[in-house]
Amino acid sequence: MDQQSPNTTEEALNAAFEARIAADETIEPRDWMPDRYRTQLIRMMSQHAHSEIVGMLPESNWITRAPSLRRKMTLIAKVQDEAGHGLYIYCGAETLGVDRAELVDQLLTGKARYSSVFNYPTLTWADMGVIGWFVDGAAIVNQTVLAKASYGPYARAMIRICKEENFHKKQGYEIIATLAKGTAGQKAMAQDAVNRWWWPSLMMFGPSDTNSPNTAELMRWRVKRKTNDELRQRFIDLTVPQAEAVGLTLPDPDLKLNPDTQHYEFGEIDWDEFWQVVKGNGPCNRERLQARRDAHENGRWVREAAEAYAAKHSRAAQSAA
Amino acid sequence: MASSASAGIGYEGQDGADKPETQWPLWEVFTQKDGGAPHEHAGSVHAADAEMALQNARDVYGRRGNVVSMWVIPSAQITASPSDQAGPFFDPGADKIYRHPQFYKIPRGLKGF
Repeated sequence: MDQQSPNTTEEALNAAFEARIAADETIEPRDWMPDRYRTQLIRMMSQHAHSEIVGMLPESNWITRAPSLRRKMTLIAKVQDEAGHGLYIYCGAETLGVDRAELVDQLLTGKARYSSVFNYPTLTWADMGVIGWFVDGAAIVNQTVLAKASYGPYARAMIRICKEENFHKKQGYEIIATLAKGTAGQKAMAQDAVNRWWWPSLMMFGPSDTNSPNTAELMRWRVKRKTNDELRQRFIDLTVPQAEAVGLTLPDPDLKLNPDTQHYEFGEIDWDEFWQVVKGNGPCNRERLQARRDAHENGRWVREAAEAYAAKHSRAAQSAA
Repeated sequence: MASSASAGIGYEGQDGADKPETQWPLWEVFTQKDGGAPHEHAGSVHAADAEMALQNARDVYGRRGNVVSMWVIPSAQITASPSDQAGPFFDPGADKIYRHPQFYKIPRGLKGF
């Protein structure tokens, strides 16, 4: 054995880890990783999982009032998907040695964050369309890149999720396209939803690169592959033509195509509003958290019943043996 | 550092090993896409027993169809190879060229051997 001091060993492990990242290798749960890498991933993945779970709330609001059986079926399927996505990512986060009960507790006590966009209310049926189109569309832009993240379980969960998100985006856009070519009232409803969700959707990508405390570190470790601003730009470039195709406008007077760069330039995001919502003062923050707490508490008897059932069967199996 | 057989596939983490378990056991899920195809790891679920693990796994990993068979196994039952010794552990023995068919000489002119 080498007579290395703990510090040198740590340095050697760190160097080996950085070399693996540089070589684009995938880091797996049992591999050595710096504490900071582990902590950052737990933070990012649990925040992502919480977003999927809280994201079910604004949509489940409209399941009973969907305008047709077809729309109701797709909305139920989509909300079920969000629950599944939450599970995939929680399971991925657990491979980092964190207890899921702990993560859920952080959500319910308000210690952990989730995407700010879910703190806005869903006022009309058109909001279901815009959420699928904008919010899931933004999620796809984000998650396609995260599917190449350096941490294996996270990347694999993202591949699975991306395959499913496309359905969400398409069903949303179909709702909007249908409303946009409907009556004047329906088109106005679609336009109103677009106006209300555009800016919160752009905020989903997180603070601007100049003001994002975690981006540089996550980029260096290849957890993130593109910055918040790069992803936001990609989403805008994809979405503007889609809005034009259905004859709707986006609520930004500064939005215009730069013919040289072929990118859309856009107006200033209201970061004060973003930070207000992140800090818990959005329109629905308290309501969303209360709904999650109620769901957790009201589901207690199901968990207890399942445990009792499993215990009874294990006793029966033992006495039969 | 070799992993102990009881450590499962290593979800203990660096600081989580001594924490009390506060939830149902973790199960690893393997799905088979078509008859004859191998079962591949799909992810994991928590469940109180095997039957519930299968039901949860179906809901989470099988709801898009395209699954014809599913295995669940307690995560703690999996013994994994030491991740930091992948090189020596899986050394293919490249010097043992006699393991490959090209090593052997066949008389000239023989066709379809």
